[in-house]
Amino acid sequence: MSILINKDTKVIVQGFTGKEGTFHAEQCLAYGTKIVGGVTPNKGGQEHLGKPVFNTVSDAVKTTGATVSMIFVPPAFVGDAVMEAAEAGIELAVIITEGAPVKDMQMAKAYANKHGMKTLGPNCPGIITAEECKIGIMPGSIFKKGNVGLISKSGTLTYEGANQVCNEGFGITTAVGIGGDPIIGLSYNQLLPMFEADPETECIVMIGEIGGDLEIQAAKLIKEQITKPVVAFIAGQTAPKGKTMGHAGAIVSGSAGTAKEKMEALEAAGVTVVVSPAEIGKAVTKALSK
Amino acid sequence: MNIHEYQAKQIFAKYGVPIPKGIMAESVEAAVEAAKELGGPIWVVKAQIHAGGRGLGGGVKLAKSIEEVRELSDEILGMTLVTHQTTAEGKLVRKLYIEDGVDIKDELYLSVVLDRKLEMPLIMASTEGGMNIEDVAENTPEKIITVPVDPTIGFQGFHGRELAFGLGITDKVEQKNIISFAQKLFKLYMENDAEMIEINPLVKTGSGEFLALDGKMGFDNSALGRQPEIAAMRDLTEEDADEVEAAKFGLSYVALDGEIGCMVNGAGLAMGTMDTINHMGGTPANFLDVGGSANAETVAKGFEIILKNPNVKAIFVNIFGGIVRCDRIANGIIEATKITDVNVPVIVRLDGTNAPEAAEILKNADIANLIVGNDLGDGAAKAVAAAKGN
Repeated sequence: MSILINKDTKVIVQGFTGKEGTFHAEQCLAYGTKIVGGVTPNKGGQEHLGKPVFNTVSDAVKTTGATVSMIFVPPAFVGDAVMEAAEAGIELAVIITEGAPVKDMQMAKAYANKHGMKTLGPNCPGIITAEECKIGIMPGSIFKKGNVGLISKSGTLTYEGANQVCNEGFGITTAVGIGGDPIIGLSYNQLLPMFEADPETECIVMIGEIGGDLEIQAAKLIKEQITKPVVAFIAGQTAPKGKTMGHAGAIVSGSAGTAKEKMEALEAAGVTVVVSPAEIGKAVTKALSK
Repeated sequence: MNIHEYQAKQIFAKYGVPIPKGIMAESVEAAVEAAKELGGPIWVVKAQIHAGGRGLGGGVKLAKSIEEVRELSDEILGMTLVTHQTTAEGKLVRKLYIEDGVDIKDELYLSVVLDRKLEMPLIMASTEGGMNIEDVAENTPEKIITVPVDPTIGFQGFHGRELAFGLGITDKVEQKNIISFAQKLFKLYMENDAEMIEINPLVKTGSGEFLALDGKMGFDNSALGRQPEIAAMRDLTEEDADEVEAAKFGLSYVALDGEIGCMVNGAGLAMGTMDTINHMGGTPANFLDVGGSANAETVAKGFEIILKNPNVKAIFVNIFGGIVRCDRIANGIIEATKITDVNVPVIVRLDGTNAPEAAEILKNADIANLIVGNDLGDGAAKAVAAAKGN
């Protein structure tokens, strides 16, 4: 089992024939992901990486029955691409692109919500169900199959966390990158209950960072609904106030959104909070041996 | 990206948001000319820096004669202004804004910010103008009115009424004025891809008009490409020179006050690396995200920027290679040490794709000062020890 995606998930790629889209679609295909086609306007009817290219998402969905779209279009076109996917009946849009204007994401997410389409990202590494389906840019080789679910705002911390979990002899059910932008799609509070319901997931790792209050909301939900052990790391304990730390959303505004308040809230909810990402693997081992 | 008050007011004026008359000046003479043109009889001489709290820091002063405008301009221009929003070193005042004095009856507060929880813009208002809004929120939260505006429907009449009644405005003309003010402000917030607008204070004049006495604006960096007029307002002298230089090479850099330089791929791991160093008893000298495609050139640039900081006693390079293979990064590091003279210990931890090959490359490179870290914890511990001279 897994959450959101598995070996049967049919995926299309928006921005299929571009440099990034091509490179990563190839990697995903090599991993075993069922990419059934892609969309690039004015290239409909062509073939790319052995898969059909369509002019519109609507055409692609009608012909292939795809339910998930991996989006690689340039930042200025992300909003449009997400709304097109929603209109065409896509169930989950995985937005990899970094640097989409925040206003566009407000509009696009509102529209996605209206159509019942889930979104991940933008500015995220994607989602992977170990040894089944990879929709994103993560190195597939580090994700061994196992019993730990992972949710992270950061790409490289996803890899770091997954690598440690696997080095400890465990593995990953599904790892989800939710992105580091101010407006993002699925987040802890939608994903945690999915992992709770997934019979194969026995422990959940959540990696957060400064800025916003999604981790605080997660602490509340964990306390009320999550019975599986949760290990958390919050990046940015040493980040100065008022500075954007790489991710557009990683900023402590005034006194809100600090790592300290998030760590305290999670600890109070019974979560094992580690002070360094170097301790994620050991903490998972401890949680699973209880 | 932030802009100056005078620039924010140019945008306000373009959208019909009422402001007092004012002119920007870069010299004392220009300030005097501006004052003459405005006519008086009262002027406000305002320092233009990207930070709040200018008044308390002595950067905003009232002048009652042209001579006083000259004296105050001479005093403020070129001063180093320290406020609660600047660093301890403060900011050099290079520009002034000379503004008409205003007959102030009431001081209010009005802002538009992105509410990340609601995922839409939020208009915030308060009768407690002129104060630090965070203090108001802490001490008297009931005095802050919040009106979220769904961008898919835009600013409607009811948003305006919630605002006007919330502020206790009963006079019908004043209600109309404040609603029109907020409506225009929201329009310019959306159309210019603003991240935040803050007007503190928003003043009510003796005749019941509302004027933006101050104006602070920040913009979504991701949208600057389609906002060329806004992008042209960027004042690089207000930004950290090293951060600007780093950005040119696709590096995201923030200076800190510790001793261990950090070079990491990915923002989350970069913060996590700083936290790990701190946890092990060291102090990070910077945040530096070299991005997803670290190569010899970006790594060399990273070393150069880190080493500009004289406090740096060791550098920790922490890369988790994903799509970018570690062996290529290892070669990049070796190349970089040839381009830049690295005179402090460099601890390198490479993990992920092709990590064993990378370790072999580094081992055979025979570079003095280079120490290999086996994992994040080991690398950080070695960096902390190296910075302490062990």
